[in-house]
Amino acid sequence: MSLQQRHLLGLEGYPAEDIQTIIDTAFTFREVLDRPIKKVPSLQGKTIVNLFFENSTRTRISFELAQKRLSADTVNFSASTSSLKKGESFKDTVQNIEAMKIDACVIRHPTPGAALRLTEYVDAVVINAGDGTHEHPTQAILDMTSLYEKFGYLKGLKVGIIGDISHSRVALSNIHGLITMGADVTLCGPATLIPPYIEELGVNVSYKIDEVIEWADALNVLRIQMERMGVSLFPSIREYRSLFGITTERLANHKKEIVIMHPGPMNRGVEIESAVADGDQAIILDQVLNGVASRMAILYLLLGGKTE
Amino acid sequence: MMKLKKCAKKILFKNGTIIDPILEKGYKGDVLVENGKIAAVGKVDVKNAEVIDCSGLIVTHGFCDLHVHFREPGREDKETLETGSRAALAGGFTRVCTMPNTNPPIDSPESIRFIYEKAKECPIHIHPIGAATKGQLGQELTEMAGMSTEGAIAFSDDGLPIMDGGVMRRVLEYGGMLDKPIINHAEDVCLRNDGVMNEGRMSTRLGLPGNPVEAEGVMVHRDLELARLTGAKLHVPHVSTATAVKHVTDMKKDYKHISAEVTPHHLFFTDDDLFEYNTNLKVAPPIRRNEDRAALIKGFKSGAIDCIATDHAPHTIEEKESTFDVAAFGMIGLESCLGAVLKVLVHEEKIDLMTVIKALTVNPREVMGFITNLFENNTDAELTIFDPEETWEFTKGDIYSKSSNSPFIGKSLVGKVKYTVSKSYLAII
Repeated sequence: MSLQQRHLLGLEGYPAEDIQTIIDTAFTFREVLDRPIKKVPSLQGKTIVNLFFENSTRTRISFELAQKRLSADTVNFSASTSSLKKGESFKDTVQNIEAMKIDACVIRHPTPGAALRLTEYVDAVVINAGDGTHEHPTQAILDMTSLYEKFGYLKGLKVGIIGDISHSRVALSNIHGLITMGADVTLCGPATLIPPYIEELGVNVSYKIDEVIEWADALNVLRIQMERMGVSLFPSIREYRSLFGITTERLANHKKEIVIMHPGPMNRGVEIESAVADGDQAIILDQVLNGVASRMAILYLLLGGKTE
Repeated sequence: MMKLKKCAKKILFKNGTIIDPILEKGYKGDVLVENGKIAAVGKVDVKNAEVIDCSGLIVTHGFCDLHVHFREPGREDKETLETGSRAALAGGFTRVCTMPNTNPPIDSPESIRFIYEKAKECPIHIHPIGAATKGQLGQELTEMAGMSTEGAIAFSDDGLPIMDGGVMRRVLEYGGMLDKPIINHAEDVCLRNDGVMNEGRMSTRLGLPGNPVEAEGVMVHRDLELARLTGAKLHVPHVSTATAVKHVTDMKKDYKHISAEVTPHHLFFTDDDLFEYNTNLKVAPPIRRNEDRAALIKGFKSGAIDCIATDHAPHTIEEKESTFDVAAFGMIGLESCLGAVLKVLVHEEKIDLMTVIKALTVNPREVMGFITNLFENNTDAELTIFDPEETWEFTKGDIYSKSSNSPFIGKSLVGKVKYTVSKSYLAII
């Protein structure tokens, strides 16, 4: 099994069969994670560097765990402790790291397009772990893996993505991935946080959360970034919660029991009520586990690992 | 490599197609330049002249660019008046107007004097545009009268839009008193926000902050109304949107002292070309959608847009070879201008060559009040001689600017400058 593209930079234009391959492979790694010894030798001898130009906790830990479970050697780089602070350019930083002979780079960077730029500077396989407000493909793949696990299909599945779509790489990657896999996607959030021309990607837009809940099989509830409030993108938490907050009361008004996802970190009591986050409908912790399995699948497939 | 030498005493450009953008006539003939001045145009027989065979080539007025950045003083690592002049000659330009966004900005009679004196030594005619407000801060008027005396040809705060409508009105009133055109980078700064490319489907796909077409539309509309109110001359730089074309078209019916320019890059590229985050396409105003590009072409055809200007903006490799958000705005454009505009306007859009030549010669000269009838005997020779049909690939080797930030590298262009005559110099390209 292998994938058609050498890197994983984004899900725009990413082939459906490759997404399916990754999801299927993720399920085989899920079994590994349930064993007492959670380690396989698939990527023994491979060196992977995690380039984090932006802070991250869960994505970084998830990638590191995936790499360790596959027996790869890993090196971590973080912008806050690096020579970037001494004025070294992005190009010099990454070329220096590549000169140390590595097989793959996992990159998180605040700028859209940074992962693509990296492929111009290094020969290693590049995996985008989030480039600014552009894409976060591994998150979308773990979200789709979780949906697939829950429903057994993606084609025709109705998924609502709720919240700050404009500043969300999670939303954009989910949109591309879900549309490619034949799901129906509706975005819902304040008009100030819905990017212009987004309908051209094949999604619907709604400002009425109750209608979306009524329609959807699953909701992916995005984190609302409090700093957006100050630049008048929305007036207050109170108003946001009353218009778009996912609460037990709201969910109880609908007969169909829908699945609730959140990419984390959550603002409990803002975009999602604690009772919902901890409730039966939520698969938020499954997403975390599937994150490790999906990233194992991606690394394994891109680095041509051997089966045990 | 371009060769630059002093003109021979007598030099005859023979058997070319002479295009006279004043008479709007094209005919086969010769041009004789003697001691750097036009000595005869038409059928010329002369002895002891250096003869340059121009068969198959167009011989016309030297091009005039109303909008360049030569970075001197302050950023001589990007461009100087000297290196900018060489880029201009390679592109067929004999006369340019430099923008005042240098370091320090050109906002006093003394700094105008500095450019004026330095420009004397250059092989092309360089006219400084003075800042309209002190420090380009959009607040206090500069000493425009004193600057005009020293050689300022127009006033503009260049890339910094004059946001305060009251200040813009005063600038127009005061500049109008001096009969100098006012140029305002027409973007509403609040609407533009932190946009780094056109707001649209592409900016959403790429996850980059967008700059909406309305940022230009509302500002152009305001400036046009204020020009009419004050009776001043307004030149609208680098029109990039369909709405701005519409506003200019409408106002020209009502008020005549309006001119507008379009850049080769806004005619050539669309925001779809940014799909790989090519920082050489990061420019202000941004490369727009194809429907805007189509409107620019239509506006050029109709005469609403009367000038072609390059907005030649050199930047170092370091400033461009970085991520899209921090890369500098701007691209160089002098060397690739003719090949880009002939390809789009003449070969693809079937606009007649005369209209395009006028937009590069007589029209911009009229805006600034320069001499326009360059074929008159005894005029200082400013000639551009080009092959209108040659298809060629633009490469780094065609660049004479100190910088090489051009998205045209690797593009196929049509029409190539062969000779430029300026200030008694002959450039052989």
